[in-house]
Amino acid sequence: MPSKGYVEISVESCKGCNFCVIHCPTECLALNTSDTNSYGLHYAYLTDEEKCIACQNCAVICPDAAITVYKKAKKKAA
Amino acid sequence: MKDGYKLIYKRPKTLLSTRMHYCPGCFHSTIHKFLMEVIEELEIQDKTIGVCPVGCSVFAYDYLDIDMQEAAHGRAAAVATGIKRILPDRIVFSYQGDGDLAAIGTAETLHACNRGENFTFIFINNGIYGMTGGQMAPTTLEGQKTTTCPYGRETADSGMPMKMAEIISQFEKVAYVERVSCDTPANARKAKRAIKKAIEFQMQGLGTTFIEVASNCPSGWKCTPEESLKWLEEQVFPYFPLGVFKEPAKRRQ
Ligand SMILES: Cc1ncc(C[n+]2csc(CCOP(=O)(O)OP(=O)(O)O)c2C)c(N)n1
Ligand code: SF4
Ligand code: SF4
Ligand code: SF4
Ligand SMILES: [Mg+2]
Repeated sequence: MPSKGYVEISVESCKGCNFCVIHCPTECLALNTSDTNSYGLHYAYLTDEEKCIACQNCAVICPDAAITVYKKAKKKAA
Repeated sequence: MKDGYKLIYKRPKTLLSTRMHYCPGCFHSTIHKFLMEVIEELEIQDKTIGVCPVGCSVFAYDYLDIDMQEAAHGRAAAVATGIKRILPDRIVFSYQGDGDLAAIGTAETLHACNRGENFTFIFINNGIYGMTGGQMAPTTLEGQKTTTCPYGRETADSGMPMKMAEIISQFEKVAYVERVSCDTPANARKAKRAIKKAIEFQMQGLGTTFIEVASNCPSGWKCTPEESLKWLEEQVFPYFPLGVFKEPAKRRQ
């Protein structure tokens, strides 16, 4: 089933504060602890797109405006 | 964008793409973002003038794509007064920390509020002097450790933490005072709404509007960004409660 939404997180803007991870209601974000951006910081990424409900909590809480949110478009009536 | 999806949130265009120098998790960044979202939504980018303080946000003008003026430490309210009086059709805000607004600049702050100057204060209260290495501020909590009170603030000689929102709300010509935070998505949404309301009241010429942000300073508090949220909830909010302290009377239709 296609997901209700998905997010894109800018690797270079993210500072790894973890706020989005702890505030995502469906737990589909995580910090990549095995890689860093060019500033040496771990960055957040979407672990399971199926789970994203496009609630925007992550984008609202993100201090560095690193997150873009997309929502599944409603089908147009035929 | 993937097929079948639509964009519902992106970084506001009014926030420059320059990477902000703030520490990870610092609410200075969050509030910059909300301010710029509000300015984008109200379509006032070319009519808004911000005044920067001295403190961690001294470089805010590098990030906010609007006209900005730097003020000497604590004097942002006096500078904003001058700008708004000369250019009353502009939307003016001062952006200040607690060391700036409530210590060195207390006189400017209180008198601007007493005169009911028609601009918006964005007051970032993180209970510490963040920029200079975490010294005690007038807003530091009782018992809170800083570099200048390593055993914790003692109120016997330093007095009690100053509740600026409560104080400012006593001035007759002040139109709107709210204390907000950004520790949860719900509180962050309220913070943005409060900033928007303050700017709208200013546009209606209602008088001084004052938004206090119960903010954080993970570096100065010597904790992780996540621990700073816990400190806010457990230590800061009980003493600095969130909420509206003053609002314009509802106008009759
Ligand atoms: C006249 C003057 N006195 C002292 C300083 C040193 N100084 C720089 S920033 C600052 C306090 C900043 O604290 P705050 O306003 O709370 O801002 P924050 O960094 O916490 O956001 C001080 C005392 C200065 N720059 N100028
Ligand atoms: S939009 Fe909501 S569900 Fe999707 S990643 Fe962000 S917080 Fe999680
Ligand atoms: S909230 Fe923003 S800066 Fe913090 S980890 Fe998530 S994407 Fe990165
Ligand atoms: S020192 Fe404190 S107030 Fe300054 S940027 Fe870092 S966390 Fe924010
Ligand atoms: Mg401060």
